[in-house]
Amino acid sequence: MDFNLSDEQNALKDSLAKFIDRDYTFDDRWKIIKTAEGWSRKHWNQLAEIGLMALPVAEADGGLGGTGVDTMLVMEEVGRGLIVEPYLGCVVVPAALIKAAGSGSQRAALSEGLASGETLYAFAHTEPGQRYERNAVAFAAAAKGDGYVLNGKKVSVLGGDAADQLLVSATVSGDAGPSLFVVPAGASGVKRFAYPMQDAQRGADIEFANVEVGADALVGERGKAAAAIDYALDVACAALCAEAVGAMAELHKITVEYLKTRKQFGRVIGMNQALQHRAVDMLMHVEMSRSMAMEAAVACDNPNAAARAKAISAAKTLISQGCHFVGQNAVQLHGGIGVTHELNTSHYFKRLTMISVTFGDADWHLGRYGDALLAAA
Amino acid sequence: MDLNYSPEQQAFEKEVREFTRANLDPNVARKVLEGSRLEREDYLGWHRALHKKGWVGVGWPKQFGGTGWNSTQQHIFDEVTADEGAPQLIPFGLRMVSPVIMAFGNKEQQDYHLPKILSGENWWCQGYSEPGSGSDLASLKCKAEREGDFYIVNGQKTWTTLGQYADWIFCLVRTSSEGRQQEGISFLLIDMKTPGITVRPIIMLDQEHEVNEVWFDNVKVPVSNRVGEENKGWTYAKFLLGHERTGIAGVGRCKRIVKRLQNVAKQAKSNGRPLIEDVRFRDKLAQVEIDLRALEITLLRVLAAEAEKRAPGPEASLLKIKGSEIQQTLTELTMMAAGPAALPYVREGEHGAPDVPWLSDEAFRFASGHYFNFRKTTIYGGSNEIQRNIITQMVLGL
Repeated sequence: MDFNLSDEQNALKDSLAKFIDRDYTFDDRWKIIKTAEGWSRKHWNQLAEIGLMALPVAEADGGLGGTGVDTMLVMEEVGRGLIVEPYLGCVVVPAALIKAAGSGSQRAALSEGLASGETLYAFAHTEPGQRYERNAVAFAAAAKGDGYVLNGKKVSVLGGDAADQLLVSATVSGDAGPSLFVVPAGASGVKRFAYPMQDAQRGADIEFANVEVGADALVGERGKAAAAIDYALDVACAALCAEAVGAMAELHKITVEYLKTRKQFGRVIGMNQALQHRAVDMLMHVEMSRSMAMEAAVACDNPNAAARAKAISAAKTLISQGCHFVGQNAVQLHGGIGVTHELNTSHYFKRLTMISVTFGDADWHLGRYGDALLAAA
Repeated sequence: MDLNYSPEQQAFEKEVREFTRANLDPNVARKVLEGSRLEREDYLGWHRALHKKGWVGVGWPKQFGGTGWNSTQQHIFDEVTADEGAPQLIPFGLRMVSPVIMAFGNKEQQDYHLPKILSGENWWCQGYSEPGSGSDLASLKCKAEREGDFYIVNGQKTWTTLGQYADWIFCLVRTSSEGRQQEGISFLLIDMKTPGITVRPIIMLDQEHEVNEVWFDNVKVPVSNRVGEENKGWTYAKFLLGHERTGIAGVGRCKRIVKRLQNVAKQAKSNGRPLIEDVRFRDKLAQVEIDLRALEITLLRVLAAEAEKRAPGPEASLLKIKGSEIQQTLTELTMMAAGPAALPYVREGEHGAPDVPWLSDEAFRFASGHYFNFRKTTIYGGSNEIQRNIITQMVLGL
């Protein structure tokens, strides 16, 4: 039991915090989200220089071998700075997938561009009408010669707009479980519909029409990707939890500042107990969420998949609830200005809300936790 | 950062569990686990066993005869002993007045009182609240007037928990009506056997005698029983309340109740199926477990931070709010699990055959009684609304 960070962890957190304070102000972010791409390669490269892309990649695969706690520290800052560059979608999730699904030599080969930040991967998994279920992959792959033909549609792919390579979950006809394929985004038959999301991040729906890939496109063993998918989505949830804590804490701070400055009836509105107690309840959500983000981060490295799943679903439940509570009340305490697009308040609110519905909302994770209770009964 | 117990901590956990199993009276453990009322001797038996082992001063520094355990060890001790059915260590002496005596008392007070608190020879109770001074504690009126080497104390204290068992009471008394009301309060240690003290029971809504009124009629208290300076008692009072709030979260006890609730949910039937299969109930159980885990980690974070700063900060208020809410939810869920078995009023002390023949499950016997009793948790120790005021001022700076 130890809450201390190592010197390296403190240094990592500090350098990212400095980057945000210096190069990623709310004004900088405005300029970035208004561009056609909606994210900045220049800032992406700066993040790579800090070492963020290599961080979650295993040392054996040419990365820094970071832990769940390392990712938590990064994601907290990503949340505080409302960073729109697709770090979660194009680094954290692919790194976890490649680590868990890939076979020996394949891992290093796929990781090289990932760790340098030069190749963007995205996980094309969610299918229309699928919601959050993880292993019901209807997307079809058919064996053809030495390779495969892919047909189907994937939606809400985080970073799917920018990715160079797509990690696609698919079920080969006759197989009991899903497989994972790596497909160049520019392959013939791949059609992307890119869009901005509610929180100014970018994503895409992607259609695959008779996309032919070779045998080497298969990542890991055929039909055996379920555990890796489960792991990668758990890692994603833990990262989202940490991002939420960074965003929540900042939004709470902004709201308390507003209560201290906004005047009505001749005095600052923070003198009103109804608002004070709401601000306290927000703080409680922030602190309880912070504790559970730690729980989730530590759980990422737990080799016991059932224990990992239970801890991470506990965290995602509580934090999704916290995202709603803190977000909604920050807007309420700001009053009219809180519902404008101009102020950062609504941007934090929207990001927190989208976090809550990404990779499982509070109800879905509460149900998954309850399933664990039932299994133990 | 690591939230798992190290091998040393796991060994400590095992040591505490083995000691508890070997030294805790099984009859007391049964009463605790089923939620029966405990007698004075039930508490003291466990207290003495711990004292013999040198483990009773859980949060105390070694120089005063404490364990010198760090925050994680204290948490493990709390968790394991609660899990095994050990009675709660009565906090008034060990966790509340002792830190004040250590920090602000003189050597004579320390030498006299601390060993007797450790040994269990003196049972303490708390003289803070008054009929007219609940949340507004600083408005207290119980008066202490100086007469030579004595204070003459007149007035009334209330909500005095287990005062019927107490040998000593620590009291906030008014020694001055000049200036701000906080600046006229002193902190007195009073022997309950002093002439002029009357203890009267208050029967609570569960029809139990847990709290009392304590009346003072010209009670002579030596000036040497004052802790620290005259009229500076409010500072010591707040210091004490901080200590009260960290312990008040009751994480160990909550974990025990969750375990019992899990068992109940497996055994009780709803529409012919185990209650745990009812998704509405299971969701509620899952939610409270998750909230409790968040509270536990938050408590450990606060304790770890405290270990560096010493005195508990205003963050303790957060633990009090969340802990009391979770305790109430757990008693509510247990009552709901009981279903119609929650209806009978079962008098305490009737072990064996309950009043209602079909009420066979021990876990349900006191379910609704506890639910009623636990409404106190969001009120005592500074109501949760007062805690929000404290956080507003001390943390948010509003």
